[in-house]
Amino acid sequence: MYGNAYIDPNDKAAMMIAGEDPDKLAAFEARIARGEKIEPKDWMPKEYRKQLIRMIEQHGHSEIIGALPEGTWITRAPGFRRKLALMAKVQDEVGHAQLLYSAAETLGKSREAMINDLITGKSKYSNVFNYPAYTWADACIIAWLIDAGAIINQVANAKGSYGPYCRALDRICTEESFHLKYGHDNVVTLATGTPKQREMVQAALTRWWPPIMHFFGPSDKISNHTEILMRWKVKMASNDDMRQQFLNMYVPKIWDLGLTLPDKNLKKNAEGKWEYTEPDWEEFKRVINGGGPCNAERLAVRRDAEERGRWVREALNTADSKYIVPLA
Amino acid sequence: MNTEAIKELLYKMADDLLIIGHRNSEWTGLGPILEEDISFSSMAQDKIGQAQALYVLLNDLGEQEPDTVAFTRNANQFHSSQLVELPNGEYDFSLVRHFLYDHADQLRFEALANSSYEPLAKVARKVKGELKYHVFHANTWFVKLGSANEESHKRMQDAVNLAWNYALGMFEESKFEDELIADGVFEGEAKLKEKWLANITPLFLKAGLSIPDGNTWAPVLGGRRGTHTEHLGPLVEEMSEVFRYDPTAEW
Repeated sequence: MYGNAYIDPNDKAAMMIAGEDPDKLAAFEARIARGEKIEPKDWMPKEYRKQLIRMIEQHGHSEIIGALPEGTWITRAPGFRRKLALMAKVQDEVGHAQLLYSAAETLGKSREAMINDLITGKSKYSNVFNYPAYTWADACIIAWLIDAGAIINQVANAKGSYGPYCRALDRICTEESFHLKYGHDNVVTLATGTPKQREMVQAALTRWWPPIMHFFGPSDKISNHTEILMRWKVKMASNDDMRQQFLNMYVPKIWDLGLTLPDKNLKKNAEGKWEYTEPDWEEFKRVINGGGPCNAERLAVRRDAEERGRWVREALNTADSKYIVPLA
Repeated sequence: MNTEAIKELLYKMADDLLIIGHRNSEWTGLGPILEEDISFSSMAQDKIGQAQALYVLLNDLGEQEPDTVAFTRNANQFHSSQLVELPNGEYDFSLVRHFLYDHADQLRFEALANSSYEPLAKVARKVKGELKYHVFHANTWFVKLGSANEESHKRMQDAVNLAWNYALGMFEESKFEDELIADGVFEGEAKLKEKWLANITPLFLKAGLSIPDGNTWAPVLGGRRGTHTEHLGPLVEEMSEVFRYDPTAEW
């Protein structure tokens, strides 16, 4: 090996572009800086491809795993209006997974490979779905506040650099905005309803607050690594900025409904920033690594669905060959 | 026109739609491929919407509000056929039931589009347009899986054998049958069944599947009169769990 090829393994930024053609890389970065979208057949750094696959795939997984806690309430939704709306909402989420897996496939990983990595635990999904939806009110809080968080994240990512992902996100955000209305309407109904309803929605909100605070991920100290991803418009906003935006938009709405949040330190300071008790990041890590209340159950349900559906997929793969029952 | 007869007709159709819609919705998140999750959910939404439209007609005839009727009755007050309440089982059974049920429903609503009871005819004209797609979906999968490979063929044939007598139970006659026919409200179950057999027979042939031997036919009756399997009780209980949690509440 000739000299100067050594890359300091601690220099994450250098590791990310190691071995890339400098001219192509410069042209690629210039396109992104001009606000152009990168399309599937365009040249892109290996790390860009890898990070996008990881991100889009995880997003897709979150949609199908997210369908599980809400889906269990479809069969129990109270009344036609709620039942029909929840069915349509969860159906949208599954449709989002379909859109996202298609977007990730344009980067070279098949849907089957992605689902396989999901059920073997190799790839992650949003941590919030490792918590249970105990009551109808939990499903309502998810529909309002988790979807609200997702919108903040996705609206930011929709301005990213990879064309297929941005276009999928534009469609997804339109649908999510209806979910938000649906969730808000449900929470308002419960919060302004009978004492039993108010009690159930307050309990659900209290339960969901820690996972909601975890939703945008740990506080990110800007590193070289993040800087490159931001320059490539893969990562569009810092976790803390998104969390601030969420608190700013939704805490007042929650308080308006007469609901309380289980954080005595939560307040907006003189500079207009929200102060809060630092979320328990140890808990976050524990759950993301499989130790949450529902990780095992969610993956088991998904694995079971994959296993039970295997024969259907195999039958579909038999192209147009027609099976003839043997005569003897 | 005999209002009691019309009510009975509406109840059995609405209850069938509500229960099969509920069962279809249980596939959400669990389908064999994402596209089928989405299809079953679409059909479930149509069915439940159709059920609601029929409960509105019942409400117009003096019955209680659609939500009250759907979410507060006990299992023995449902007029649905036993076919629709059976658990989803595997995708083979769900699909075969969907095929057998939707062919019957499509013919039922096509006939009712000309019903002398105009409010029902109006609903039927809208519903039959939706059912066209349900039947299209059922046919595509029935033919494909019936003939794709040995396992899929066997699974589908087993599901047909299991569902068949329950499917015949859909055509259980009402005590008002003659009146409904005479008044031009509905052409009657016997005629419907005849048309249903004529429609599905060529599709069985195309799928390489067999209709069970005529000697074994034994329609499972009783659903229309409130006699149900052990599966409907838990379904109804689950469906009304939140609604009953606080009956004084608006949800």
